[in-house]
Amino acid sequence: MATLQTDFTLPLRAFALELALDVSRTVALVGPSGAGKTSVLRVVAGLAEPRRGRVSLDGEAWLDTERRVSLPPEQRRVGLVFQDYALFPHLSVRANVAFGAAGRPVDALLQRFRIGHLASAHPRELSGGERQRVALARALARDPAVLLLDEPLAALDAHTKSEVRHELAELLRELALPTLLVTHDYEDAAALADEVGVLVEGRLRQLGAPAELVARPRDAFVASFTGANLLRGRARRGEGALTAIRLESGDDLYSADEAEGDVGIVVYPWEVSVARTHAPDADSALNVVRGQVGSLVEVANRVRVRVGPVTAEVTAASAARLELAAGGLAYATFKATGTRLVPL
Amino acid sequence: MMGRLLAGTAVFAAAAVAFGFLLLPIVAIFSRVSPGRLVAQLSHPVVTDALVLSLKTNAIAQALVLLLGTPAAYLLATRRFPGRSLAVVLIELPLVLPPAVAGIGLIAAFGRFGLLGGTLDALGIRLGLTQAAVVIAVAYVASPLYVRQAIAAFEEVDPDLVAAARTLGAGRTRTFFRVVLPLARRGLAGGEALSFARGLGEFGATIMFAGSLQGVTQTLPLAIYSAFDLNFTTALAMSALLVVVSGALLVALRLTLQWQPSRPTSRFLFAPSR
Repeated sequence: MATLQTDFTLPLRAFALELALDVSRTVALVGPSGAGKTSVLRVVAGLAEPRRGRVSLDGEAWLDTERRVSLPPEQRRVGLVFQDYALFPHLSVRANVAFGAAGRPVDALLQRFRIGHLASAHPRELSGGERQRVALARALARDPAVLLLDEPLAALDAHTKSEVRHELAELLRELALPTLLVTHDYEDAAALADEVGVLVEGRLRQLGAPAELVARPRDAFVASFTGANLLRGRARRGEGALTAIRLESGDDLYSADEAEGDVGIVVYPWEVSVARTHAPDADSALNVVRGQVGSLVEVANRVRVRVGPVTAEVTAASAARLELAAGGLAYATFKATGTRLVPL
Repeated sequence: MMGRLLAGTAVFAAAAVAFGFLLLPIVAIFSRVSPGRLVAQLSHPVVTDALVLSLKTNAIAQALVLLLGTPAAYLLATRRFPGRSLAVVLIELPLVLPPAVAGIGLIAAFGRFGLLGGTLDALGIRLGLTQAAVVIAVAYVASPLYVRQAIAAFEEVDPDLVAAARTLGAGRTRTFFRVVLPLARRGLAGGEALSFARGLGEFGATIMFAGSLQGVTQTLPLAIYSAFDLNFTTALAMSALLVVVSGALLVALRLTLQWQPSRPTSRFLFAPSR
């Protein structure tokens, strides 16, 4: 399998983007907006010129500032799908897809992406999902060696998104191209990529398999990006093997991790149980947070419930049985072993 | 209630006065002489010479404006460099110059004793009293209208579309002709129509720099001015002619701006095959 290698420094307005990354399967870069994610794609595609560095595909240099090599975008075999798709508004769907096809027939691609019936339509007449498929078909018609996707799902509504996400994951597996995708949504990244990198202010905080980032987030940023609850407190050695953490509210929480000083307590929503009453003797969970029920958000067959500062994920059936309602009192409980302590 | 009625009436009255004021001179031109006599005057050699000369010099001038102005506008629209704003201001400067100043400037630059006079002389080029001088005067005065509009049109083209074309394998040239130009087309056509209209009416700089010699440098506006003393009817006829030509330009401009390319046409016009 081909490998895309990047190692470069690109000065941006507020910080410098520094990235060394090898991509042979699908790598997702996640991070807050303004972290430099899109700039990474622009450097690989040749649309931005880093101050120093290298970009190469299987040893063939696309960019090497030391050797003064910099191929123009049209000579790098990349398929770049822009966040807003950047379809040519004055060209039909067919002409859009054929733009980079260099004379190769595009009918098979139009069929494959189920846009054959739209061949003579113009981009303004298409729905978001259709535009995304045209953008993908257009990028693939160019016969790319590397695929670059900029927030491929961000422009879609929630209903279309889950379906498209599934299709896209399958497509990426089938293509087996080195793929670099950027997104601000960790769930999208985890669903689409083999490896996820968390990019904050131009630096890669952690790179690993999606499950690894959830299991062992290196710091508070990574934890919050993977969708975890993050509570701040001060850790001190507690009784037994546990670490006690004093929250700002004065409550104590316990973790099996060892730490001292200011720490972030990471707990995932699915580790948290919700109850209307609390019976300390009948519960193995050591950590209890009492609070008002905030928002209740349905996600597929689950409900995300906010209890005080903690978000819990429970089944829709449980939420109904507990008669949870915004404004009521509830207890969020989780085990000491269900927490991770990370530096702030 | 009364106040609103009064205000409404005042607005309508103002609009009527403005409309009448703008229309009256045009109406007057056509009402002073019967259409038959107007048409008869058009066969006068002074008129035909001036019309042919006007169309010829303007066509050459506009070809130069398009050929040199388009790349200049594209560079100014897409590149950021120190002094860019100054360059844009300098390009627009001829727009606000009084025509007499433009004429003097052209004489000081290209005239026999001007900045480039010696160089041109050595090359055996004499501009005084030639059609080339008319072309230069027209291009100088009319080009800023096209260039500033072209800059705006190019700036409106989404840079992501240009980037997309590049990553799809199109070099700069193909990207320009297949993406940038079709998308900027309306703005370019609008600017070109304005520039053409301005050039067709050019008077001050031309009469100072090129003179007013029938059949050589005497364009329609110059011919109208010299006929004005001798034969007012001829002046009227030529004025009517200019009104018709300018009006036709304005209509063409409107049509261009509203025109949506039908699919096959747009491909023929703007998609040169690889």
